[in-house]
This record gives sequence, structure tokens and C-alpha cells, in this order.
Amino acid sequence: MDISFSEADLSAIWLTVKLATVVTLVLLLIGTPIAWWLARTRSWWKGPVGAVVALPIVLPPTVIGFYLLMAMGPDGPLGWITQSLGLGLLSFTFAGLVVASVFYSLPFVVQPLQNAFENIPERMLETAATLRASALDSFFSVVLPLSKPGLLTATVLGFAHTVGEFGVVLMIGGNIPDRTRVVSVQIYDHVEAMEYAHAHWLSAAMVLFAFVVLLVLYTFNPTGKRK
Amino acid sequence: MIHARFNLAYPGFALQTDIQVPSRGITALFGPSGSGKTALLRCIAGLERTQDGLLRVHGEVWQEGAIFLPVHRRRVGYVFQEASLFPHLSVRRNLEYGLQRIPQTERKVRLEQVKEWLGLEKLMDRSDPAGLSGGERQRVAVGRALLTSPRLLLMDEPLTALDSAGKQEILPYLERLHRELEIPVLYVSHALDEVVRLADHLVMLEQGRVIASGTLNETLSRLDLPTAHQDDSGTVIEAKVAEHDVIYHLTRLDFSGGTLWVSKLERATGEIVRARVLARDVSIATDSPLGTSISNILAARITDIREQEPGRVNLRLAIGNEHVLLSRITRRSCDQLGLAVGMDVFAQVKSVALTA
Repeated sequence: MDISFSEADLSAIWLTVKLATVVTLVLLLIGTPIAWWLARTRSWWKGPVGAVVALPIVLPPTVIGFYLLMAMGPDGPLGWITQSLGLGLLSFTFAGLVVASVFYSLPFVVQPLQNAFENIPERMLETAATLRASALDSFFSVVLPLSKPGLLTATVLGFAHTVGEFGVVLMIGGNIPDRTRVVSVQIYDHVEAMEYAHAHWLSAAMVLFAFVVLLVLYTFNPTGKRK
Repeated sequence: MIHARFNLAYPGFALQTDIQVPSRGITALFGPSGSGKTALLRCIAGLERTQDGLLRVHGEVWQEGAIFLPVHRRRVGYVFQEASLFPHLSVRRNLEYGLQRIPQTERKVRLEQVKEWLGLEKLMDRSDPAGLSGGERQRVAVGRALLTSPRLLLMDEPLTALDSAGKQEILPYLERLHRELEIPVLYVSHALDEVVRLADHLVMLEQGRVIASGTLNETLSRLDLPTAHQDDSGTVIEAKVAEHDVIYHLTRLDFSGGTLWVSKLERATGEIVRARVLARDVSIATDSPLGTSISNILAARITDIREQEPGRVNLRLAIGNEHVLLSRITRRSCDQLGLAVGMDVFAQVKSVALTA
């Protein structure tokens, strides 16, 4: 076996890393407030919102992909918004993949964060307030530092889960080289074309990646370490 | 002067208070659990929001009608029952947390002072607040609150979570603060012995209502209040260390109503100490007793008599013009001696506990 990864493979790997990085950043930005709200609210909406966030865990990715494709299409609400903003349509673009992946991986970021936030005693926040910290200040100076393990878990799971998606990508992104063809799709292509050696290389790389990620998570973040 | 009026209703509990707290000294909020002490303190800090409330602190309105200053804008220090140190910060960074959040111009309490008052020097470089003893943690928490230069310090049963060794360790520091601090302190407690050691004023709460408030002795000596009937009821005499008797190992304390001899104290003459005299340790004689082993006999006048329980009565005694003692005797002794309000008698003090 003289070559390991073809140029197309490398392109797919690069695209995957780029997608997972962007998605993870976006997820941390929007997942954190959602998780905070879910952890602290006593509102009636907690149940419905929590259920919507968790939907991607149970739904087949094709179902999510299908509805997102409809939403992003020319007649869908998302499509209508992006078109009226002059952005065109999101389907079959990298941006579309990002939006879909964010939705698909949301529970994997929100749930560890929510757990971490729920474990912070109300007393810590009250103490910070009596020491002149505003709500935002105490969020950054007390809540986030105390939620480090949860943040690490959320980041790793969000990233890894995005790397591992397939169905949603295929539905939303299709299979366009350099734009939407990520590793999982590339493997599918190799298998379809009977290029098993190539499929092996990429698949093995994915297995290794998943193992290393989980190893890091379990080594540096043993559950129950915090009192 | 702090004026606080709050009406707060929960299912099964209602707080209805209107209190005025003097601008100096420690005011104890005293009462059994469920009496609303902590709720009142939380209202003052802004941790609890009442629809109907009024709070003025040294002329500043913190709450009135639609005005409600959020917690982090109120210049209060709050010490919770558990020290609640931030586990991710070192002792030093815990202490500095509040300090860094107030403007330079408001910084009246310096880190050096707080370190000295609370004996924190050796703890400064500890990076694991969870590894400190309960007493040490609470001292850091008190220091952290003080470093925000509060206009009012609120302490919610700061000793309750400590074992008795922890209490003994921290009490002298609190007594020191009592002498050094120029800000008012509201101190919630259900333990009479803590109140007696630290407080200057007493607000008594029962079922969400204030049943009495006044100076420590005024309140403690009121026979119509439940405190007078507790087993450890009694009053406090602030007296000056006048003389040490090396041979008999005794110390003489002077106060305006007379003198008290107590076991030798390690205190310099001229220092002011608090002597606590329990009602059950004071007996009454109608004539100046002769041939008695009791060395502390004070001239007194009976100002109130109440039956505490069948067979037992409590007396309130004025000692000179300023001081007051309680005495608990049997109904029979009271009748046999023909005791009545207004009578001049002699109070025999069997034992005196020195608190500070």
C-alpha cells in the first residue's frame, strides 16, 4: 500500500475538522445559555425546551436532515430568512452543514453543561452577589470555573459527535467535494466504489480518533471526582 | 441607623417585622428556629424579595416601594452559616474577590487589618479552601465579607456549623471585631451564650414577629419574655479589671453597682470584661449575710417578680442605677422572706462566667 490518504481523503479530513471546530464553537456559545436556563429555571417551559434539545438523541438523523432540508429550502422558514437577508439558500453549502450539525449535536453539549450547572449550589451565587458580583460577573468568575469538567465533556462530545455524523450531512450537504464531503461521506463513497483499502484507512483513522477522544475524556475527567 | 420593615408570606410562615438597628455595635437577632431570623437577614441583603418592604441604611434607601437595589449593589457583608468559600480560588483570592469589585474610593478596610484581626496570616497561601478547618474557613469568610468595606455586616449563625472547638477558636476573633469595627453588625443566633458574649442589642423574634428589642440587658432582664425562663437565663455586667490577688488567685472587677471577685483572669487591669451572671446562681438575703462562703454580695432592689413555673419565681434586681441581675428562687423562699417589688435586698452571686 503505497499511499495512505488520497488528496480527496485529505480534503475530506480537513473539511471535517473545520466543520467540527466551527460547530463546537457555535454550540458552546448557544448551548451555554440554554443549559444555564434549563439548570436554573422553574418555568413551565423547562420540560418542552429540554425535550426539543434532546430530540436528536432519539430521532434518526435522516428525519432531522429531512426536516432541516425542508426548512432551509426555498419554501422553508430558514430558507425564507436567508434569502431575504440576501444569503441565498443554505442547503448543500458548508454553512448549511454547520446549522444542521449544531442542531444535531446540541444535546451532547447542553446536557453535560446543564448537569455541571445544576451541581453548583445556589449558595455560591448568593455569596458572589453579596461580594458585589453581578449575575454576569459571577457566571464568569464562579460558575464557569466550577463547571470545568462539564465544559470539557461538552466540548469533546460536541466535537466528536459532529465528526461522527453521517445521515444529516448526506441529507443537507449532499456530497460535494471540498464543500460538504466530510470523512464519513468519503468512506461511504469509497465503499460504493469498492475502494476498500481507502475505506480502511479512513475508517481506522476514525476509530483511532474516537478512542483517543474518549480516552482523554475519561482520563482527565473522571466522574465523581468533584465533591 | 438602619430601619427595616418587611412583610413576607410563605405557605406556613409569615414574616412581619419593623426594626430599627443602631449604627454601631452588634445587634443580635435572636429566636428559635423558624422564627424568621434568617428570612429577615436575607430580606436586608436583598436575597429575598418582598413586595412590601422598606429598608434604609444610614439614610440610603435600599428598598422602598418600587425601589429595590439588587444584592450586588448593596454595601453589605454577608457571612453564611457555612463558610461558602469558592472552592476554585485560593484563600488569598477568596479574600480579594469582593475587594476587587468595589471602587478604590470605597475601600476602607485594608487586607492587612483583616489579616491581623482574624489571624489569617498563616492561611493566606493555602490554595485549598476545602482543606481548612471549619473555624479557619469561617474566619476567611468573615474577612472576605469585611474586605468589601460594608456599611452593614450580616452574620447568619456563623458558629452553628462548627463543633465546640471551632466555636471556641473563632469567638475571640469575633470579640476582637466587636471592639474594632465601626459598622453595625446584625448577628443571627439561637444560642443565648453567643448572644451574651457578643451582642450589645437584642431583637427577639418569634413566629416571624419581633417580640422585643432593646439593649442586651434591658431585653434579657424582662421577665415577660421567654428568655428569662430558660435554664441559662441571666444578664451581663460589663466591669473593669481592677486588681489581681496573687495569693488567693482572684481578680477584682469593679462596676458602678459594686465589685465582683472572680477566679484570676489573664487580663490587664483597666480592661473591660463581660461577666455573665445566671439567674440560677443568684440567691437572695434580706439582711447582709454573715458567715457565708459566698464572696460576691451586692446590694440590690427588687424591680419585678414573676412566677416561672409552679414553685419557682424569677426576680429582677437593680444593682445601682445601671445594672441588673436576675435571680431564680423557690416560691416558698419568696413567700417566707416576704419579697415584694421595691424591697432592698442582698443578691448573693454564687458564680460568675467571664465571657470576654
